[in-house]
Amino acid sequence: MARTVLTKADIDRALKRIAHEIIESQRGRNDLLFLGIPTRGVHLAQRLARLVSDIEPQQVDVGSLDVTMYRDDLALQSTRATAFTDIPPSGVDGRTVILVDDVLFSGRTVRAALDALTALGRPDIVRFAVLVDRGHRELPIRADFVGKNLPTSTAERVNVSLSEIDGSDEVSIA
Amino acid sequence: MKHLLSSAQLSRDEAVGILDTTLDMAEVRTRAIKKLPTLRGKTVANVFFEDSTRTRLSFEAAAMALGADVTTFTAQGSSVSKGESLKDTLQTLEAMGAEFIVLRHAHSGVCETVVNSGWVDAHVINAGDGTHEHPTQALLDAFTMRTRLFGDTSRGRDLTDLAVVIVGDILHSRVARSNIWLLRTLGASVTVAAPQTLVPREIESWGVTVVSTLDEALESQPHVVMTLRVQKERMSSGYFPSESEFSELWGMTSARLRRLGENAIVMHPGPMNRGLEIAGAVADSPQSTVTDQVANGVATRMAVLYTVMGGSR
Repeated sequence: MARTVLTKADIDRALKRIAHEIIESQRGRNDLLFLGIPTRGVHLAQRLARLVSDIEPQQVDVGSLDVTMYRDDLALQSTRATAFTDIPPSGVDGRTVILVDDVLFSGRTVRAALDALTALGRPDIVRFAVLVDRGHRELPIRADFVGKNLPTSTAERVNVSLSEIDGSDEVSIA
Repeated sequence: MKHLLSSAQLSRDEAVGILDTTLDMAEVRTRAIKKLPTLRGKTVANVFFEDSTRTRLSFEAAAMALGADVTTFTAQGSSVSKGESLKDTLQTLEAMGAEFIVLRHAHSGVCETVVNSGWVDAHVINAGDGTHEHPTQALLDAFTMRTRLFGDTSRGRDLTDLAVVIVGDILHSRVARSNIWLLRTLGASVTVAAPQTLVPREIESWGVTVVSTLDEALESQPHVVMTLRVQKERMSSGYFPSESEFSELWGMTSARLRRLGENAIVMHPGPMNRGLEIAGAVADSPQSTVTDQVANGVATRMAVLYTVMGGSR
């Protein structure tokens, strides 16, 4: 049975806090590029970019970064559909890139994202923002900005719904 | 999907999936670093028992862009001339580490034989078998049509409501067979224009309309005219009276191009016999997709290699 752990209001508050934390960590730098990892990371990246520029008006770019072809488990499972990578024309070189995903679990997706990013250029700084950190890391990776730390068992499933694609905002565990 | 043997094996969703993956591979081709690590440490063997320029080079470029090591085998100058069998040749390549075999052969159905015989465990991709199939050509042609006609709204779409005319030597053409079957799966309507001697007998069962001249086929204002190479090497003689008559009735001439809508496209899989099945001016016109097809070939084959890779377990 699915149990709601974050409501729409919780998600809004968490993203607002992360937006403030990102601005604080910038220490006045004005070079933000949010790259969402498809599918839901892209929508979270767009929301964060909007929140950041609402709080402190500045030029903020948003894009998407597909990491599928950089995964280390491709031969182990059936074919994963690839998704679109959309990097703004200004590129990643010299920027502060904020990678955004919905759930942080094993850390393998972020590892793939770092490789994918390296092939696109050399950002000055790369940070990682995630809505839910559910633990069970398999690599030495942590997030810089976390919406909610959620202790889970490996048997549980964390489902993130976002209004842009799922009709409503909610995080649940099943 | 462990192998790609024919376009007839593909469901609508599988085919659209490969076309969408091709879009993502094409985006990688525009980056500063055009290489992915997806097939790093894997070996792709290109095994060509028949001559080829673009298909072989295209598969090589695709495999290298995915980070694979590439071995290319051509029958000429190999132990095949000493009588080595196909089975022994393929097993030798696999023993050297090939996990993907891209196979071109003059015998129709040879890829199915290789897979069903259990000679090798490798992924097998059909790069053209006799007069049977050439599925990656059909996929790159479908991708080219989708991109030219739907642009930025291509993703996720099939080719429903698209009218395609395929003209020329259907009988000997694996490109035509693979295209007809894939286009029907993707929802396009297909009209075939060819001399009766160059139409396969079983064509009635493929769900296509057959007309006898290109002019008749153009009356319905198709979106795509696909010309085919007249395959002199597979013909004895007597399939049509003369080259000039072929060109007269089934050649894509400048006059016929003018009768098409401005948005219609003319395709050719190459190599072209300019002046026979396609006029030079048509091949070089903005409505021709000949060079697009070659460029899209690499991204398509990357998508195919990626798609069969996932079928390992």
